[in-house]
Amino acid sequence: MQGLDFSVVTPYTDLLFMGVWWTVVLTISGAVISFFFGIFFAVAVLYAPKVIAYPIRFFMWLFMGTPLLLQLFLIYFGLAQIGLNVPALAAGIIGLGLHFAVYNADVMRAGIVAVDAGQTEGARSIGFGRFQTLRYVVIPQAVRNTLPSIGNNLIVLLKESSLVSIIGIAELVHSAQLAISETFRPFEFYITVAALYYILNLVLETGLRQVEKQVEVSR
Amino acid sequence: MDFPLMLRVFPFFVEAAWVTVQISVLSLLLGLVVAAIIASAKMSGSFVLRTIGSLYVSVFRGTPCLIQLFVLYFGGPQIGINLDPFAAGVIGLGLNIGAYMAESIRGGIIGVDRGQVEASRTIGFSRLQTLRLVVLPQAARLMIRPLGVNAVGLIKGSALVSTISVVELTYTAQRFIGSTYKPFEIFGIAALLYMIIVYVVARAVDVLDRRYAIN
Repeated sequence: MQGLDFSVVTPYTDLLFMGVWWTVVLTISGAVISFFFGIFFAVAVLYAPKVIAYPIRFFMWLFMGTPLLLQLFLIYFGLAQIGLNVPALAAGIIGLGLHFAVYNADVMRAGIVAVDAGQTEGARSIGFGRFQTLRYVVIPQAVRNTLPSIGNNLIVLLKESSLVSIIGIAELVHSAQLAISETFRPFEFYITVAALYYILNLVLETGLRQVEKQVEVSR
Repeated sequence: MDFPLMLRVFPFFVEAAWVTVQISVLSLLLGLVVAAIIASAKMSGSFVLRTIGSLYVSVFRGTPCLIQLFVLYFGGPQIGINLDPFAAGVIGLGLNIGAYMAESIRGGIIGVDRGQVEASRTIGFSRLQTLRLVVLPQAARLMIRPLGVNAVGLIKGSALVSTISVVELTYTAQRFIGSTYKPFEIFGIAALLYMIIVYVVARAVDVLDRRYAIN
């Protein structure tokens, strides 16, 4: 048993901040993909013909019932097997994006159904097409109503992005592992990493609360 | 689809699924104990206990479970905690899910109508009697569904212990994907087994919830 010494972390500050940067990039890219695909899946499940809706429902069911880590392996190795040699970073972003798209879609579907039918009738009667009604009337309201849940999913996404270190993406956890392989100080580095995630999490939560308040006001 | 391969590796996956079940059940039990303690702390009259409870929930929910496992398993030896992968997995997952379950328990207790407490105090029940005979039986019913959601999350979260080399479903899947280069087939098998476990738990929660629902 050796004494703990957190000063071993200081020479690796740059490396860790690179890690933070990539974690932020992963989280934001994953968030954007999961948001738009979430809307797409929700709309497809509700309105698309069965040949499209059923496979998407099956996919959602599959991705909600299995661990993200397993899905990351599937996407990383699966893409390579079907001849798409994407870099690990892309596989990680796609994996995170699709995983959380499914959760967002689940929330969004309920949100879309909950939008008052009068809104659709009103839009249709003033001459909006079906697509226009969805795009300009229903979805914006559904998104606004489900914002807290989507925000929660985003908070989970930030934490779960740590998993992509397993397929070799150089984000925060991976940076720490690199430093640990040189210093043999896992405790100090992982505690530091935990603290960094905690701070990122606080920033994100504060930001989300701000957005929610903004939306609440504009209502 | 390479079905012969799937049949050949299937027995390994059944064994691995059993490890996933064991890890999940043990960490669920540990999590419930932790959750009960943390929820009591958060709802106690003492400021110090409340702060400790809130801090616990905030730290364990504010950082990735993966990092918590790594601190325990890789960092543990530095502070004199030497655990084998299985034990580290159970303790790590249990401490983590405990924070989430504490909130489910607290939610259940808060959900009991305030009038119930007032009435029971009025007819002469002590605070402890009120809690034990009036609040908890009703709160327990409200907790079934949120705790069930936690349990299902825990089963999927148990995949994380593959990273500290516990040979469970995800670890086995990763190993076989690496050796066979058949990611779809292997994913199919592992997904099937996860689905079965999750389905059983979800059904059990449904049955319990319906059996004890307050109408």
